[in-house]
Amino acid sequence: MNPLATLAISFTALSLVAVGGVTPVLPEIHRIVVVRHHWLTSAQLTDLFAISHAAPGPNMLLVALIGFQVAGLPGALVATVAVCAPSCTLSYLVARVWQRFRDAPWRRAVEVGLAPITIGLMLSTGYLLARGAYTGWVAAALTGATAALVLWTRVNPLWLFALGALLGMAGLV
Amino acid sequence: MTVPTVGEMFWAFFRTGARGFGGALPWVRRMLVEERVWLTAQEFTDIFSVSNFLPGPNVLNVTVIVGSRFHGVPGALAAVLGLIALPLVVVLVLAALYARFGQVPGIDAILHGLGAAVAGLVIATALKMAGSLLRSPRFVGFLAVTFGAIALLRWPLIPVLLGFASVSVLVAWFRRA
Repeated sequence: MNPLATLAISFTALSLVAVGGVTPVLPEIHRIVVVRHHWLTSAQLTDLFAISHAAPGPNMLLVALIGFQVAGLPGALVATVAVCAPSCTLSYLVARVWQRFRDAPWRRAVEVGLAPITIGLMLSTGYLLARGAYTGWVAAALTGATAALVLWTRVNPLWLFALGALLGMAGLV
Repeated sequence: MTVPTVGEMFWAFFRTGARGFGGALPWVRRMLVEERVWLTAQEFTDIFSVSNFLPGPNVLNVTVIVGSRFHGVPGALAAVLGLIALPLVVVLVLAALYARFGQVPGIDAILHGLGAAVAGLVIATALKMAGSLLRSPRFVGFLAVTFGAIALLRWPLIPVLLGFASVSVLVAWFRRA
């Protein structure tokens, strides 16, 4: 099957299970584009993720970056539509009936039940990104220090991105 | 409350997309509730809580719901296209630059440093979202099992999600107060 069709099918399926957006499903994207199809290396996927975070706009545009690497401009557009269209259609349909279930008790159960899964997926994403960026102890320390500073201080993460880029530019990472 | 036209919505979301550094959602809220006053704070919060239940990026879900509330399908399309048009162009330019220069040693090194920092941000964000929930053994159990299956064993997401999430939701249902 050609890469465009593969992209379209796998990202459409992903769109419908992407609870919490694209970040929690990065491990699955990694499985598709790195492990199964060898379109990118782990390090390249981490690069693209970093670019999507440093650029303006929704982080889900990561899929346009991936699509572009796989199949140029058509790849970028196909990947973006495949990720957006199904979940947007679902939002459109669900929003009309949702108000009826505002106070339904199962809503709370769904919320409580999904939380550890979504957060477990995000941690998996962080782990795979850190592995993709790992080049030695400086990279690991940078990941750890960024995590600690974001957790325990109010520093804007964009400054930490800049610091990471500077350390990279200096050849330390 | 005013009802915007389809064109007004496109441009309002377009301008919001252009400002969306570090996630577009706070800017979308500001535009809708504070600047244009198309929604009340309560209406926005309701829409936001629905959007968190749906798959896909929550900012896109909010945008679709707001757009369709005012003008059905054309409204939803105008709002979504407005929001992502400019960031998509920026990202395509970056993609082309990366394809051309991404493996150049200097650029490669900068991206590696950036990537290591972004990984730290994602880990910290997950831990912050977990917060006090980390004191619940049930929460930590499901979190650990998910991490093990996805990050370490590299199982495919869809079966893991369907299996673990349904068990987790059922447990939450039977243990609800």
